[in-house]
Amino acid sequence: MEILQRLGRNTIDTFASIGAASLMLYGALIAIPKWKNIRLTVEQMYVVGVQSLLIILVSGLFIGMVMALQGYTILVNYGAEGSLGPMVALSILRELGPVVTALLFAGRAGSALTAEIGLMKATEQLSSLEMMAVDPLRRIVSPRFWAGVISMPMLAIIFSAVGILGGHLVGVDWLGVDAGSYWSIMQSTVDWNEDVINGVIKALVFAVVIVWIALFKGYSCIPTSEGISKATTETVVYASLAILGLDFVLTALMFGIS
Amino acid sequence: MTDNIITVENMSFSRGQRTIYDNISLNVKRGKITAIMGPSGIGKTTLLKLIGGQLIPSVGKVEFAGQDVHRISRSSLYQLRKKMGMLFQSGALFTNMSVFDNVAFPLREHSELSEDIIHTLVLLKLEAVGLRGAHDLMPSELSGGMARRAALARAIALDPELIMYDEPFAGQDPISLGVLLELIKSLSQALQLTSIVVTHDVTEVLSIADYVYILANKTIIGEGTPEEIQQSESALVQQFLEGKPNGPVPFHFPAKDLASEFIGNQ
Ligand SMILES: Nc1ncnc2c1ncn2[C@@H]1O[C@H](COP(=O)(O)OP(=O)(O)O)[C@@H](O)[C@H]1O
Ligand SMILES: [Mg+2]
Repeated sequence: MEILQRLGRNTIDTFASIGAASLMLYGALIAIPKWKNIRLTVEQMYVVGVQSLLIILVSGLFIGMVMALQGYTILVNYGAEGSLGPMVALSILRELGPVVTALLFAGRAGSALTAEIGLMKATEQLSSLEMMAVDPLRRIVSPRFWAGVISMPMLAIIFSAVGILGGHLVGVDWLGVDAGSYWSIMQSTVDWNEDVINGVIKALVFAVVIVWIALFKGYSCIPTSEGISKATTETVVYASLAILGLDFVLTALMFGIS
Repeated sequence: MTDNIITVENMSFSRGQRTIYDNISLNVKRGKITAIMGPSGIGKTTLLKLIGGQLIPSVGKVEFAGQDVHRISRSSLYQLRKKMGMLFQSGALFTNMSVFDNVAFPLREHSELSEDIIHTLVLLKLEAVGLRGAHDLMPSELSGGMARRAALARAIALDPELIMYDEPFAGQDPISLGVLLELIKSLSQALQLTSIVVTHDVTEVLSIADYVYILANKTIIGEGTPEEIQQSESALVQQFLEGKPNGPVPFHFPAKDLASEFIGNQ
């Protein structure tokens, strides 16, 4: 009986917070864009995007290198090491690029967004904005949302490009796969819409979900040090789970039935 | 036109199960300093947030300059808030901006003034609180008292009609305290500003207030000019003024009695 009660309460709480999160997003985004907000968005793109660049570059390079190493040891048994290019490119463009970038982005930028907004709430900065007749949803939440949604797909594209170069570094320069076949078979196999665009769409969906979770967790946190720390952890956990779950759904929709 | 800038009528407010206010009414006269006193945790900050429209009363209404704060549209409420300044207990300066930019913030948001004029205005406001020399410091480099004065400069940047001070004296050294008292008085007299000062520092506030409300037990237990308050016959008021731990106002947060807490749990 008690379990049922708790289940019911949790379900209601979950729907209530989804509703609250939607209201927050609605309040933040339904507004005529102003020049000032565009400037704020660009500032935030520097914080969430440019400052995440290093970790994305390094991870992309290593993932590409590892993919080439693993792929080569398997393909060489069948004398198919010429197909290393498309193998690396397809797995990175379709899956690893968007997913790993999203996971890193949730850890690097998402947690920072939650902590920043949570701390603004705890120090009454959000309240004082309201009392100064400035809507914190438009002033604080909205620029961060757009900055994340614009930056994340760009980071995923950069990740994929660097990953393919990393594959080249290991496959061609080190293990001696023919450079011509690495690039030309990749070119003939990778499809623009099917692979590249689908990867970017995935990244875009992940971006919306990560930033939304991060902003809502910060905005609705309990304004104490424990509350902020809990909210930050929840951002990373929920965003990561959402990314992996959505990746399955999107993959099934994009590549499953054709 | 009445000379009450704020009227609170038969207002009640609860947080969850706990009633914070039970049917209170009060008025704030235009151009005067009104003090609101009460023990901590009684809901003084809550009252300011109710007046500012950040919280909504369960019953009753709050009027500011003739407009019902909780019934007007969101955009009218934002217009109304431009006429209110609030000094938060913690100061609530924006930590990512210098003192100058903090004070300039409301001007940049709400006025079309040029940067030159804003520069002049900001330095004047900082001069008024004695912090012109600190204009390029970051909030983390200020002491508590300086932060509160910087926040005061920001709160008066738009020349509001009303300014609400939330415990301006808490944690101030005697000199900053004196400076703040002078500031509140001179702002109110020079700019015809209406002030609400929320505090539990009895002597300080009685020296500057024109009218005083004392809150306890979810309601107003005493009101009047400082002289009337000091001569009040009410045991509640006297206990508060003299700071006696025992009396009609309980020192303890509402709870079961101690014996049943320990024995009753088995
Ligand atoms: N965000 C909140 N959620 C729930 N209860 C709160 C919240 N803020 C304040 N309270 C409760 O409301 C009461 C009044 O708080 P407050 O107005 O801050 O008191 P004061 O400013 O007089 O010290 C306190 O007892 C506190 O427990
Ligand atoms: Mg308070």
